[in-house]
Amino acid sequence: MPLLEVKELNKSYNSEIQVLKNIEFSVGAGEFISIIGPSGAGKSTLLRCINRMVEIETGCVFFDGKDVGAQNKKDLRRLRTNIGMIFQHYNLVPRLTVIENVLHGRFGYKSTIGGVLGLFTEEEKQRAFDLLEKLGIAEQAYKRCDQLSGGQQQRVGICRALIQEPKLILCDEPIASLDPNSSKIIMDHLKQISTELGITCIVNLHQVEVAKDYAHRISGLKQGEVVFDGASPLLSQDKIEHIYGMETRELITV
Amino acid sequence: MNEKIMRKKKLQLTFVFLIIIAATYLSSAVTEYNLFESVATIPAAFAWIFSNLIITQEALERLPDILEKLNETIFMSIAATTIAAVFSLFLALMGSKTTKANNILSVIARFVASLSRNIPVVAWSLILLISFGQNSVTGFLALFVATLGFLTRAFIESIDEADQKSVEALTATGATYFQIVSKAVIPQSLPQMISWILFMIETNIRSATLVGILTGTGIGYMFDLYYKNLNYNIVALITLTIVVAVIAIELISTRIRKVIL
Amino acid sequence: MAVQTSINPAVIKRTKSGKINIKSGNKIDLVVKWTLWILTLLTILAFFFFNYTGLQIERAFTETLYNLRVMFLEPALSHFSWAEAFYQVAVTLGLGVLATIFGAIIAFFLALMAAENLSKPWLSKTVRIFVAFIRAVPTVLWVLIFAIAAGLGSEAAVLGMLFHSVAYLVKAFSESIEEVDPGILEALRATGSNWWHIVVHGVLPSTFTYLLSWTFLRFEINFSVAVAMGAAAGAGGIGFELFMASGFYFDLREVGLITYLILIIAIILEFISTKLKDRYFPSTVKN
Repeated sequence: MPLLEVKELNKSYNSEIQVLKNIEFSVGAGEFISIIGPSGAGKSTLLRCINRMVEIETGCVFFDGKDVGAQNKKDLRRLRTNIGMIFQHYNLVPRLTVIENVLHGRFGYKSTIGGVLGLFTEEEKQRAFDLLEKLGIAEQAYKRCDQLSGGQQQRVGICRALIQEPKLILCDEPIASLDPNSSKIIMDHLKQISTELGITCIVNLHQVEVAKDYAHRISGLKQGEVVFDGASPLLSQDKIEHIYGMETRELITV
Repeated sequence: MNEKIMRKKKLQLTFVFLIIIAATYLSSAVTEYNLFESVATIPAAFAWIFSNLIITQEALERLPDILEKLNETIFMSIAATTIAAVFSLFLALMGSKTTKANNILSVIARFVASLSRNIPVVAWSLILLISFGQNSVTGFLALFVATLGFLTRAFIESIDEADQKSVEALTATGATYFQIVSKAVIPQSLPQMISWILFMIETNIRSATLVGILTGTGIGYMFDLYYKNLNYNIVALITLTIVVAVIAIELISTRIRKVIL
Repeated sequence: MAVQTSINPAVIKRTKSGKINIKSGNKIDLVVKWTLWILTLLTILAFFFFNYTGLQIERAFTETLYNLRVMFLEPALSHFSWAEAFYQVAVTLGLGVLATIFGAIIAFFLALMAAENLSKPWLSKTVRIFVAFIRAVPTVLWVLIFAIAAGLGSEAAVLGMLFHSVAYLVKAFSESIEEVDPGILEALRATGSNWWHIVVHGVLPSTFTYLLSWTFLRFEINFSVAVAMGAAAGAGGIGFELFMASGFYFDLREVGLITYLILIIAIILEFISTKLKDRYFPSTVKN
């Protein structure tokens, strides 16, 4: 059984614009899949339907055998602990330390009181440090997050996702705000996570070249519809042109 | 800027000035205020201040009593502000559009805050005085109620300003509402909130003097007493102690603000 | 899923008991923490300094609740007419208007002296210290002090209320003036304009709306100050009627009605202020 299955998913924010149309795809455990498409194609919304940060309208999302749309509040939180998420703007709490931000990934496993009082076990803290070390930013652990560079902040974001011990990591444009150097570091880390730890990664990207370099499989989204889904090498130039439309051809390879 | 806009601006300016002049004239008429008379009294008033508001040796002997009352007033302001801040935090969390649990509670929180803020502190003092009598608790409660409304509004603004992106991230990790509020919202708004609390303590020491006059407590009562006895030397001393206290607290707050904001 | 890494132990800070520390312990956190602890401590201490003469807390609370119910559910006028009530509200508004307008005029000139981009450093500093002193004396004391010299009446009230209005507006005005684009001032200076030309043609046009908005924000404050002065310093207006109704006639229904009148005006003024703030000062506005 695949880890994630999306069936006939539809979503619209208002009656006129339908953001997602009949989306249908499945992702197996350990896959590294990239979703590409022009801005406004519905990539972000699709990702957020998977952990129900956005309510599902019609259709189903099955994660690990559970119907995401049918979970009650408590079960949804439990389900979310198994899905890490990485954001374009890192979404860290700016005034808190790096290590605190990493430990935020443990909240799903804690009681409300335990989380509010910040009661983390020594193992959790040790693990947080190990993860920071793995991503090469252990020295920054006691710095405030807003003092870090973008690339460093994104690595904190990855640590926060990893400490959840997720089966799936959703990455929403993880390198869109980064320079090429930092982008490469981040993508390498994501790739490593998927191969070494066997965690499934779904990465929204707008750089086609990056997607082709890193992903096994690419899914192309255009105006809310999946117009391409297959192994990365199969994504040919005319397929790319179809996804992005002719007029943006010269923009996409940059 | 072209001719037309210039002319329009000039017209607006003239209009504004006309309104101001009309408002001044109307207000003077209603309040029976005489501008010339009032300007004329200024030199006399200052002459009176400099010749009568003098701190004498005799007045200084009353300093311990004065300081005791001042102490009561300062503590009253701090206690009222701090306790109001705790309640305001909950009201603000209920009222803010980013952290509200539901719409009904949000409307209730905003309504309570608006009511307590827009009924002036004098009205609260007078209402509470009827049953609570002349003691510190009356003043404390009056300041508490007025502060509650003001801080709730200020805290709602601070919470609304907090970055929502980290809230999204914590939601995605499966955190509960209170975990998100305490670890993503509060850490971001806390420095701003402390700044408002300090500002309110300063303000409340001045309001406490006013409330004290009405409710017969603290330094305000002391001032009223000697003022009515025409003992202006002590009045001067009391005023000076208030000035020193307010400026001291302002200086401390400024330093704290410089570090945390 | 094991992560094999060798972490430099010096990187991890530990508490005395050997647990891993997750707070940075920087100055900001410490100051925040200590401020909160000291405020809590002072608040607890406060209750030992209070004077509890004649307080019967339970009875007082039940009575107050009853009083509030009478006030707000059965408001009525008995000692004066509706016309009189509106007239007194107008008096209070009038006191607020006069103190605000005169305050704004004085504050404008002081603000020119206080603004760092138009004035000399020593002059700016002097004005700021002067303003801080004025602010430290509560308005009610200013009014009472002027009442001795000028006699009880609107003159004393307006003069007394002027002080805080000026202090507030000098701070607000000088900050607005300091935000004027330095390019405009430089351009005017380059043409050889004198100081007054710069003020009239450079500063005034680019700050006028802000100055007006601040003046209105102060008017909102001055309305409640005027109510307070009526009640505490006998300055007349609706505040005085409130004081008489509660302290003299013990007429709760009248207190209720007067409170409603004040409340309605305060809410209208607050509504306008909020609109102005949203439009002209999107960031948090502070005193």
